[in-house]
Amino acid sequence: MSRIGVVVFPGSNCEYDAANAVADLGATPVFIWHSADDLGDVDGVILPGGFAHGDYLRPGALARFSPVMDAVQRFAADGGAVLGICNGFQVLTEAGLLPGALQKNRGLTFLCQPSTLVVASTRSVLTRNAEVGQHLSVPINHFSGSYTCDDATYNELVANDQIVLRYLDNPNGSRDNIAGVSNVAGNVVGLMPHPERAMSTLLGSADGRVLLSGFVGLSASVSA
Amino acid sequence: MSDAPEPLHRALGLTDSELEDIRSVLQREPNHVELALYGVMWSEHCSYKSSRVHLKRLPSKGDHVLVGPGEGAGVIDAGDGIGVAIRIESHNHPSAIEPYQGAATGVGGILRDVFSMGARPLAVMDPLFFGELNDARQRWLVEGVVSGVSGYGNSVGVPTIGGELTFDECYASNPLVNVLAVGALPADRLVLGVASGVGNLAVLLGSRTGRDGIGGVSVLASAGFDGADGAASLDDAKRPSVQVGDPYEEKRLIEACLELLDAKLVVGIQDLGGAGIVCALSETAAKGGVGLDVDVTAIPLREEGMAPWEIMTSESQERMLAIITPENWDAVAALCAKWEVRATVVGHVVDPDVREDGSTVGMLRVRQGFGGPVVAEVPAKSLADEAPLYHRPLARPANLDEILADDPTHTEPEGNLEAELLELLIDPAWVYRQYDSQLFLNTVVGPGRDAALLRLAGPGLPRSQRGIAVSTDSNPRWCALDPRVGTAMTVAESAANLACVGATAKALVNCLNFGNPTHPEVMWQLSESVDGMAEACLALGIPVVGGNVSLYNESGGNDIDPTPVVGLLGVVDALVSPPPGWNWRDGDSVVLLGHRESGNDEPFPLAGSRWATKRGRRGGSIGSFDAGRVRETIAFVAGEVAALCAGETTDITAVHDVSGGGLATALAEMVAVSGLGITTSDLAGRGEFFAEFPGRFIVGTSDVDALCARAAAANVPCTLLGRVGGDQLVIGEQVAVSTATVANQRRNALEDQLNAN
Repeated sequence: MSRIGVVVFPGSNCEYDAANAVADLGATPVFIWHSADDLGDVDGVILPGGFAHGDYLRPGALARFSPVMDAVQRFAADGGAVLGICNGFQVLTEAGLLPGALQKNRGLTFLCQPSTLVVASTRSVLTRNAEVGQHLSVPINHFSGSYTCDDATYNELVANDQIVLRYLDNPNGSRDNIAGVSNVAGNVVGLMPHPERAMSTLLGSADGRVLLSGFVGLSASVSA
Repeated sequence: MSDAPEPLHRALGLTDSELEDIRSVLQREPNHVELALYGVMWSEHCSYKSSRVHLKRLPSKGDHVLVGPGEGAGVIDAGDGIGVAIRIESHNHPSAIEPYQGAATGVGGILRDVFSMGARPLAVMDPLFFGELNDARQRWLVEGVVSGVSGYGNSVGVPTIGGELTFDECYASNPLVNVLAVGALPADRLVLGVASGVGNLAVLLGSRTGRDGIGGVSVLASAGFDGADGAASLDDAKRPSVQVGDPYEEKRLIEACLELLDAKLVVGIQDLGGAGIVCALSETAAKGGVGLDVDVTAIPLREEGMAPWEIMTSESQERMLAIITPENWDAVAALCAKWEVRATVVGHVVDPDVREDGSTVGMLRVRQGFGGPVVAEVPAKSLADEAPLYHRPLARPANLDEILADDPTHTEPEGNLEAELLELLIDPAWVYRQYDSQLFLNTVVGPGRDAALLRLAGPGLPRSQRGIAVSTDSNPRWCALDPRVGTAMTVAESAANLACVGATAKALVNCLNFGNPTHPEVMWQLSESVDGMAEACLALGIPVVGGNVSLYNESGGNDIDPTPVVGLLGVVDALVSPPPGWNWRDGDSVVLLGHRESGNDEPFPLAGSRWATKRGRRGGSIGSFDAGRVRETIAFVAGEVAALCAGETTDITAVHDVSGGGLATALAEMVAVSGLGITTSDLAGRGEFFAEFPGRFIVGTSDVDALCARAAAANVPCTLLGRVGGDQLVIGEQVAVSTATVANQRRNALEDQLNAN
């Protein structure tokens, strides 16, 4: 059974939800406090949503300096599976583990609403159980979620098949409808939508299981 | 005009007779610091001195009530070893002046009330009231308040799951921002704000203390705005009384406090809200019957040169007071350091003083340095519990009969029913899209429906299959015409909302927003409203577990319409499947459950309706109301929906309560959300289209005979309205409009108004 680390920064708030989702899929969640300099014995690590260090300066800008991020860097470099959700995605881009940046939504308001994602690549640890073109209903919940990057970066993303998820109806002005990207190797993934909030039809959607089951290392999605 | 300076006690919000009372308590002249302490603690906002004699009439008992009114929050036993805490507060005056910070700190304050009971805050709701949006200042207020709730609530990590949005000219100078919070706790973690154990330490947790919010409860919240334009003309004068919030500090404070409680490291804990540290110190000491010696110089400050009276009454946000044993100090300090929460010993629990007659009195002593000179020395209980109680004069408004006579019901104007219906449609999604409504993976029904429904789950809670439902409701249009009947109907309306998601009401909290209590008409409204609430609560078996009173909502001598807001908490025993919602299905029959007519002489009264108000018709009679008449219908619907939530398969496909805008509006809302049309026969004219009275539900069913038979067995009227199908809303010969028009009108109404210039 896989053990999944869930990093907790002061100001994180989706750590319990991420841990519950992981446990729901049969894996064992382990909380890792941001001051840790070692991840311990884990098979994958999630940077959950929230407002790490209050999002002061800008989202993720301070969290990248938390001691745990050195350990996350080493883990990723060794091929470990790393997933950043929402604020976690912002932290990964600030830390240079993923390309691009997240800027304020096009409408300049916070948006909490359902969104339909289109799977663009199955090369990543997050999308390996999905099919290209598959539609997934996964909610968004962010103010700074508009993905942006320069042309050179964008061309590399396309060339290396690093765009893993797109929005069907772009809610926030992201470049090329991008909702999630991976590194070149596909072991580090970030996305703005919250798959851990789409684990049960009782709450509106179970499509997040398709994504997270792949991340925790299960071979097939588990129905809610 | 005299040039003589205003006496100090009046500048601090105390009357001449209250000064006399203080002299008699102390048996001497109070000094400046002491006057400041009484000024905030005896303010209307803190002491309820005008309303307390009336609030006693509310029923508060119930077998499942663990904590009733008077604590940080009310707490009920929700079953499975879980307590649910609920509290509502107003942050009206600060929001009128500085909408973002006013609303933000309203959220912060209500959360501290809930986690000070040991409960993890799980949800926030925000009933908001503004003037009409054809005014730029109102649009500024709406955008500021909504971003304040969003900015603070999302960041602090508590979902905002619903609320209310009301626009009426009576709030143009006095917007109302009420905030409700719900939390849950393992029943054995329940903790109260009591100081005990001589030698124990009083520890201040959280932010440093600054000059923000000094006199917030007295100068700001317990006085009206002098100018007829409300806060617009005196922003600068009162702005320093508005506090500034930091949700990141609060988030760490929540986590640290809940960990302290889990580790059983505290004896008592209390939030610092209105009136700041003097309120927390005097209330904990008074409840424990002990004294507290406080070193005012130990309190960490944001700025130099603050006087003791400023430090003691500052309303700086994100602070808590914990009472701990000296042995636990090292562990408390270490835990707080982990969360980067400041923890400072500011006082000691001491024995109460013994009087000559042998009785004891716990004294709050404010010193400069531990054991240093005393700058204030007053009986803690005199601050916390012994403010004067006022039996203020009551008077039914002299012009009320004239207003009641101006009834819009039978003055059917020429006009187009279809157009009148469309202009009542408004979807508040622009507001709630800005709120994180999903955190903690509990939100089964979120904002924008009859009531919010959550799974009863959270970090550290025992496992449970139950759900909790919450609704906030008000109807100032009814209450302006008859505060007693209007409030009773509001309670019933709220219970009906809970029924739509399968919940049975277990507890009520109220936020009584009224005008200036020195106006006898306002006190009459308050008194009547309390009586109406008591009657409905008794008829429906709902205990009142807490409340808040916000008076002085007046500008330039004009009071707001009486606005009692109720927050109702209900429980669903088994929640494995979502309630049906508004999405009826093609081919469904649609019925009205409940009495079709009001039960008054006037079967479809339009007085107090949104339709009438929209036409400037603010008069007329709303008749009488007996909550017992709708009790069976509400219970029947709650039971039917609860069966669906428990996973049973039944014929019911959709449920919506008929409320603001009346029956036709409710039908149109279901058309807009489902995208499916409906054809009904004619309704009984404009009255049945738009009349508002509680106890009616629109229900979609795949088997109308079966549903009506079950309803009949429960003594509940069941009337076939029509059938779902097609792409039009058709009401007999009266309305025929496409579903797309209905949906677009509803979707765009709010943003169109906000974007108008």
